[in-house]
Amino acid sequence: MNASLVKRTLAAVAAVGALATGMGAAQAEDVKAGFVYVGPIGDHGWSYRHDIGRQAIEAELGDAASTTFVESVPEGADAERVITQLAQTGHNLIFTTSFGYMNPTEKVAKRFPNVKFEHATGYKRADNLSTYAARFYEGRYVAGVIAGKMTKSNIVGYVGSFPIPEVVRGINSFMMGAWSVNPDVQVKIVWANTWYDPGKEGDAAKALIDQGADIMVQHTDSPAPLQVAENRGVLGFGQASDMIKFAPKAQLTAIVDNWDSYYVARAKAVADGTWESKDTWGGIDTGMVEMAPYTNMPDDVKALAEETAAKIASGEFHPFTGPIYDQAGELRVAEGEIADDGMLLGMDWYIKGIDAELPK
Amino acid sequence: MEWIVPFTLTVITASTPLLLAASGELITEKSGVLNLGVEGMMLVGAITGFAVTASSGSAVLGILAAVVAGTLMSLIFAFLTLTLMANQVATGLALTIFGVGFSALVGSGFVGFAIDPLPALSIPGISAIPIIGPILFGQDFLVYLSIAAVIGIWWFLVKSRAGLILKAVGDSHHSAHAIGYSVIKIRYLATMFGGAMAGLGGAYLSLSYTPMWAENMTAGRGWIALALVVFATWRPGRLVAGAYMFGLISVMQLHAQGAGIHVPSQFMSMLPYLATVIVLVIISSDRAKIRLNAPACIGQAFRAAQ
Repeated sequence: MNASLVKRTLAAVAAVGALATGMGAAQAEDVKAGFVYVGPIGDHGWSYRHDIGRQAIEAELGDAASTTFVESVPEGADAERVITQLAQTGHNLIFTTSFGYMNPTEKVAKRFPNVKFEHATGYKRADNLSTYAARFYEGRYVAGVIAGKMTKSNIVGYVGSFPIPEVVRGINSFMMGAWSVNPDVQVKIVWANTWYDPGKEGDAAKALIDQGADIMVQHTDSPAPLQVAENRGVLGFGQASDMIKFAPKAQLTAIVDNWDSYYVARAKAVADGTWESKDTWGGIDTGMVEMAPYTNMPDDVKALAEETAAKIASGEFHPFTGPIYDQAGELRVAEGEIADDGMLLGMDWYIKGIDAELPK
Repeated sequence: MEWIVPFTLTVITASTPLLLAASGELITEKSGVLNLGVEGMMLVGAITGFAVTASSGSAVLGILAAVVAGTLMSLIFAFLTLTLMANQVATGLALTIFGVGFSALVGSGFVGFAIDPLPALSIPGISAIPIIGPILFGQDFLVYLSIAAVIGIWWFLVKSRAGLILKAVGDSHHSAHAIGYSVIKIRYLATMFGGAMAGLGGAYLSLSYTPMWAENMTAGRGWIALALVVFATWRPGRLVAGAYMFGLISVMQLHAQGAGIHVPSQFMSMLPYLATVIVLVIISSDRAKIRLNAPACIGQAFRAAQ
């Protein structure tokens, strides 16, 4: 290696180092974890909760770990560039936290076999690439039980984002929970066709309440629908994080994403060399899905909700236990059987009894 | 028919931010300045209004601060395009991008704060009249202000001498300059008015529509306001019609979904935009009419010499 090449290499290393410092990294430690977020950490939902998980690593591992994050990274070519940069700057554990990062993560993982990658909500794995997601539908079943008990008009309003399996699974699970305690409940579903537009999400909630809904459920990311529920004097559920501050009189509970323990466990695994590639789909039992404190409901409903959540956590009960029929009346899950994960991950049909058409 | 009242109330709240921002932009454009930074000015207005209200507890202070913030944003634009004669389209786009980032930076400390929404007007007896009462006499004051602003703008453009001067500056800046009007000063004022109204539109979003701060909460409403000005062919009356039509269709599609009307929801979400495009096509088929109202010098830089 001649002198000028050494010089150039050193300059490049220095430049990359400067970039890394610009992103808020500290000195290299045993574990150096990088995070890629799809939204701003101030979205008070999805990316916000991932960032709380990142902070948990720093709090738990202390000096043995340092972390870096890059927020609002578009899914696509930009993501590959960001992930590559993290891998080149000495990060040995990289979390990519949106479905759309799947292909870029896989590509970069191939080029950096010594770096461990963790991709949220995807399905492509490699020796140095794990996947993880949470079974939010378990929380939605518990919410359904509460809604079935609490509704007076027997109409539940549901603000959906996009008709993808994750959301459809949530609606099905919620309604099975509601019908388990109150067979007369009906659901009205409005698709906002956005994950994030507070004004539009709020308008959708207003439309549903105007049509008689007295429980508001949402699968969009802003607190607006819950806030509308608060202002209109009806009840509702928080999404992704505890939104009690926005709706002290309306929030019954919230289905909280809790990545903390998973992130800490994975960082520790890297630190002691036990990290292995695997697929994790954690539910209430692993703490990944957490129910915010039960509020604004009588004690018996609270007790029922706690009991339901405990049964799901212990594995005694699975929300998708047959018989389950789809809207056409076809038997999808036989009596006594449990829907397998493949069916859950690809769910594109409503269960029997939901009076709405699934947009295709 | 009991759904009429809540339905109308929702339409009004969905239309008001658009109307506020668009009426300011209408005056800006009438003076010959095209400011594409409405979205950015609204966002900065939204976070300023929210931050000041949350810290001081006074919504009035918050609204005033939002107006000032929107005006300051438009002053950046005015200085760059009118004094330094930068390209208006590029500067406007830059202003929007700046506003998105700047509001997110300032707002990072205000995520998750909750405030009380603006109080609605309540006149004992009158506000309780069925249907008319809550619709006409039960709004918060920004709604009334948006209507008053449009009436004021109409009067200003059609009846006042100052309005004539503004239109002269927008239609032929050289002629206006030749007979002694300060084109740059008038354009500065018109641009600042546009910024103030955009700030107010933003404050309506963060203080009344959804009383909270969330990054990028305008979600494209600034662009819709810009489209509405063209849609209205720069006429205040049509601006009200356009803003309310937009609000009506976007709320109607949500109601139709809830009522189980089986139309693809993606199509419904597209409807308000489709309607805007269709009306634009219809209007632009009559070129004479557009030329009658469109400011002839829009987007052009003015140099005082010659």
